Amino acid sequence: MINIITGHYGSGKTEFALNLALKKRAEGKKVIICDLDIVNPYFRTSDVRKFLEDKGIRVIASAFASSNVDIPTLPEDVLSVFADDETEAILDVGGDDDGAVALGGYFNYITKKEFNMFFVINTLRPMTSKVIDILELARNIEITSRLKITHIINNTNLAYLTEEKHILESFETVEECAEKMNVPIKYILGKEEFLKNLPERYKDKAFKIETYMNLPF
Amino acid sequence: MAKVLVKGNEALAEAAIRSGCKLFFGYPITPQTEVSAYMAKKLPKIGGCFLQAESEVSAINMVYGAGGSGKRVMTSSSSPGISLKQEGISYIAGADVPCVIVNIVRGGPGLGGIQPAQSDYFQAVKGGGHGDYHLIVLAPSSIQEMVDLTSLAFNLADEYRMPVMIMGDGMLGQMMEPVEFPEEDEGAVYAEKGWAANGTKMERKHNIINSLYIEAKELEDTILERQKKYDVIVKNEPRCEEMNTEDADIILVAYGTTARIAKTAMMKAREKGIKVGLIRPITLWPFPTENFKKHADGKKKFLCVEMSMGQMVEDVKLAIDCKNSVDFFGRTGGIVPTPNEILNKIDEISGGAF
Repeated sequence: MINIITGHYGSGKTEFALNLALKKRAEGKKVIICDLDIVNPYFRTSDVRKFLEDKGIRVIASAFASSNVDIPTLPEDVLSVFADDETEAILDVGGDDDGAVALGGYFNYITKKEFNMFFVINTLRPMTSKVIDILELARNIEITSRLKITHIINNTNLAYLTEEKHILESFETVEECAEKMNVPIKYILGKEEFLKNLPERYKDKAFKIETYMNLPF
Repeated sequence: MAKVLVKGNEALAEAAIRSGCKLFFGYPITPQTEVSAYMAKKLPKIGGCFLQAESEVSAINMVYGAGGSGKRVMTSSSSPGISLKQEGISYIAGADVPCVIVNIVRGGPGLGGIQPAQSDYFQAVKGGGHGDYHLIVLAPSSIQEMVDLTSLAFNLADEYRMPVMIMGDGMLGQMMEPVEFPEEDEGAVYAEKGWAANGTKMERKHNIINSLYIEAKELEDTILERQKKYDVIVKNEPRCEEMNTEDADIILVAYGTTARIAKTAMMKAREKGIKVGLIRPITLWPFPTENFKKHADGKKKFLCVEMSMGQMVEDVKLAIDCKNSVDFFGRTGGIVPTPNEILNKIDEISGGAF
């Protein structure tokens, strides 16, 4: 299965990608995580390459990620992702429609496979706090990638100041987006303590996450 | 307004807009490009002007022009780009034009790298461009402080009619933290700029924005007059955060990202029973000399921590008239020090007593 992760930059795509990879691995699956980010210079999957490899997860990332080579390169071995149907491949795409450009070259490979295209939303990011802005971004990502978003991931958070209420308050906006896009909400992401009191309709969508892209202090 | 989660670079851009800055001229460079990207998306929607210039040299001269018309204006770049802007910055200082310049510092010299650094300290506080001039240099150490200091930067620029620099580093530009933006005061009236070249309406003489003086005496008089302004700034505008210095045997000195790391090291040292404090300059020029002077007792040891080869060390020594020992620990070239590295240095200075 190909799992494509898109969304606004800073929406938490890489953290979700890492957590999803670890979850699938813990379920005993073969997992590849593939960094297709051509936008962001810092906080990249390759920062935690060793940690992932020790868990038996294959990491595909540009040799230049997190280095001083400031050019939007893609790793040379991306196509190996499409060689094996049993593998859970997680494609961590760069932010916005700018980042989704990287998917273009793989269109013919992706569409021959079964794939999920996740769209990560954090309503506490200023550029994606309103339904109209989220829908515009989602549409631009779909136009650029020529792929249809299949699931919404609600990753509403305020980093270390996140409270349960922030997640609960995001439902109205995210649900309206889901309805207008005609796409289901797949997961609500959060630390375990914030996911205890989710309403009944969300009980099977709670996705507990740990953060791996940490600051140096 | 409720808190939102933003990148440092976005915070600078949004805070500038809310401070009445609707004009931005720049040229993209990692790791500050999100400032330009944010301005490019937002300014056209609110009747402002974002213009990507053909070079940094061009961008800073657009800032000179816009500032000369009396409008609030900003540019941003990272180290190599700021070097290119130095000629324009000197002209702006020489013409007493207010503006805000952001430097999200990366490793140097030369093209260096794109990872965080603080090695543009000398350039920011000791000149950079040519001539007798200063910039007010503000050094935020959190994303919230980037918001708060952006608003302050525009006010200081207008009040003193001079360029103000906000100096962050790649880490601050790229990392995300929750912040609260102030509501924009739509009806805000900024200081009357009687000097601005913004049209005479046939009611007054022309205002001239210029840094060239035909007579040497005239230039000297202008510089002496400007110096009086700098003296007021040195007296009134130093800003600083001081923590745990009273009982400290070792006082860490750090700004920006490094101050956050030093703070963690300080707390770890205190847990081990080493009395460590922290002085965090918020204004790098004017340097918060008074906060150091009161500790110039010959006893407390200072430890400067920077992402450079120790460019702030001399200002610390000058502030205390070399009465105390001043040590240095730093990483450079884009490497961010860890709390444990600083802790090891603290151990070393404290004589390995712990």
